[in-house]
Amino acid sequence: MTEHITSVRTYLLVFIALMILTAVTVLVAFQDFGAWNDVVALTIAVIKASLVVLFFMHIYHSTRLSKLVVVSGLVWLVILIGLTLSDYLSRGLVGLASS
Amino acid sequence: MSAEATTNLPRRVNYLNVDHGVKSWLLTKDHKRIAILYLVSISFFFAIGGLMASLIRLELATPAGDLVQADVYNRLFTAHGVIMIFLFLIPSIPAVLGNFLIPIMIGAKDLAFPKLNLASWYVYNLGAALMMWALLRGGADTGWTFYTPYSSMYANSEVILTALGAFIVGFSSIMTGLNFIVTIHRMRAPGLTWFRLPLFVWAHYATSLIQVLGTPVVAIAILLVAAERLLHIGIFDPAVGGDPVLFQHLFWFYSHPAVYIMILPSMGVMSELVTAFSRKRIFGYRFVAFSSLAIAVLGFLVWGHHLFVSSQSILAGVIFSVLTMLVAVPSAVKVFNWTATLYKGSISWETPMLYAIGYVGLFVIGGLTGTMLATLGFDIHVHDTYFVVAHFHYIMVGGAVMGYLGGLHFWWPKITGRLYPAFWSKISALLIFVGFNLTFFPQFVVGYLGMPRRYHAYPEEFQVLNVLSSAGATVLAVGYILPTIYFIWSMRYGERAGANPWGAYGLEWQIPSPPPTHNFEEKPVVTTEAYDYYTLKEKRVA
Repeated sequence: MTEHITSVRTYLLVFIALMILTAVTVLVAFQDFGAWNDVVALTIAVIKASLVVLFFMHIYHSTRLSKLVVVSGLVWLVILIGLTLSDYLSRGLVGLASS
Repeated sequence: MSAEATTNLPRRVNYLNVDHGVKSWLLTKDHKRIAILYLVSISFFFAIGGLMASLIRLELATPAGDLVQADVYNRLFTAHGVIMIFLFLIPSIPAVLGNFLIPIMIGAKDLAFPKLNLASWYVYNLGAALMMWALLRGGADTGWTFYTPYSSMYANSEVILTALGAFIVGFSSIMTGLNFIVTIHRMRAPGLTWFRLPLFVWAHYATSLIQVLGTPVVAIAILLVAAERLLHIGIFDPAVGGDPVLFQHLFWFYSHPAVYIMILPSMGVMSELVTAFSRKRIFGYRFVAFSSLAIAVLGFLVWGHHLFVSSQSILAGVIFSVLTMLVAVPSAVKVFNWTATLYKGSISWETPMLYAIGYVGLFVIGGLTGTMLATLGFDIHVHDTYFVVAHFHYIMVGGAVMGYLGGLHFWWPKITGRLYPAFWSKISALLIFVGFNLTFFPQFVVGYLGMPRRYHAYPEEFQVLNVLSSAGATVLAVGYILPTIYFIWSMRYGERAGANPWGAYGLEWQIPSPPPTHNFEEKPVVTTEAYDYYTLKEKRVA
């Protein structure tokens, strides 16, 4: 199996990107976007997490099987949160169950 | 396939006699020895869990709560549930039979991570020890489900210790699952393609996926309960700003798929038994293989059926009800395909086959009542009654335990190199089948009539059915004690088994019993599909 060796340059670039995004996180925390507050914060967080998974955890240069493992993990998280929200978001719809 | 020629020469070195002494067992990295270690551990906890069940049935023999007080009864059924699920059912087939057989079935020397395998046994015992300690200190009284906010704020029993035990045991389950996934992907013998794998391996692959994907969620849920209990962080208790239904979502996201961790491996055992004792290839190999994966995936989409009356929204209830019905499809595929395998087969009624046939009947009852419970309206009527108790015992005992015992009887000659008494083993299979039905069938009736679960006293009109159930439990107990006796007896006095006492197909039957430490003298090359009994027969004749 050929192992891809990531250059120090890539690591540095990713690190700098993460630092900049952290600064952005702090900056936007002081801005009020109303309902979009969570969306903005989570978008930045997702970008940062993706960078970590892709480069620091070597998924970008991994086999398709490793990528499949990562994606299925995410799919399972979506199932957990999505189906739970199918309860929370629809409690008011048919009266009864919600208080 | 000249397996019979290589049968037991006296004093042949095998995994059992290659090394002696306690240290050689406790530090072993041999998957077969670790399987034996697990066998000893889980048998011990099965006995304790069974003892709790006996006390429960003894209390319920009379309508009055006379043997134990209500609080003690709560602790009894909690201990029974926690021990049977976390310490027996979940590890039973994977950690014992799976550990022993998967490397052999795929033609490998061992699992991919032998040290991780041994570590999983220690982690399991650490978690189990915590649970036992909690039990000695009085045990928990929350039920095995640890529902909040009772468990997180109000119960004054050993909730944290017990839950921490379950948390730790979960990691051993993850380790086993991870090991199996990597082993099945990377270590198959040359020629052993995915569609030549024994279905036992497919079933364990599906099980491992659930273990790896589901267990972390329940681990987090347990930690959150501990956080709320110790630090009063408002997560589940509405009094401090939490939401109790959130716990049920997180808990059942793992714990419903956990039912499939228990039943899928036993379905894998079933496919081996039915083919071996019908002398036929399985009907619809790919359907049976993919139905395991389908059950694993669908199993993650149905947890909300535990929340039908927990103030979950109506819409979510409908969604989960429909999704739950879908699980019946792959389950039925399996049952029909096993039955079709029997058709025109050359059937022999050895003990493992008795378990297999019993399994089909019990699993069908368990499965069909599951479909009934998935129906919203009916579930509201029987929710938290003995109907539910009967249903899941038909799946877990009628399915998982029957599969486990059938598998143990099937591979015992391979594991120990000895045969057990055929007559007594058939008697025990019969006792278990009769005793099981006598114990749990009346519970369907009494539950439908309205007897709630988890109470130590009940109205007098339910007594006849409860006495029947308790009597059945006695028969069942005899059925479980018998194998314990003749298995232990057989290890010393049993007739020596050849490499292939059943004339079965599969790599594990081509090596001596008990197998040598590295399983195969030469790396096997697989050129045929699984369950190729037709070719096997032709070779015999030739």
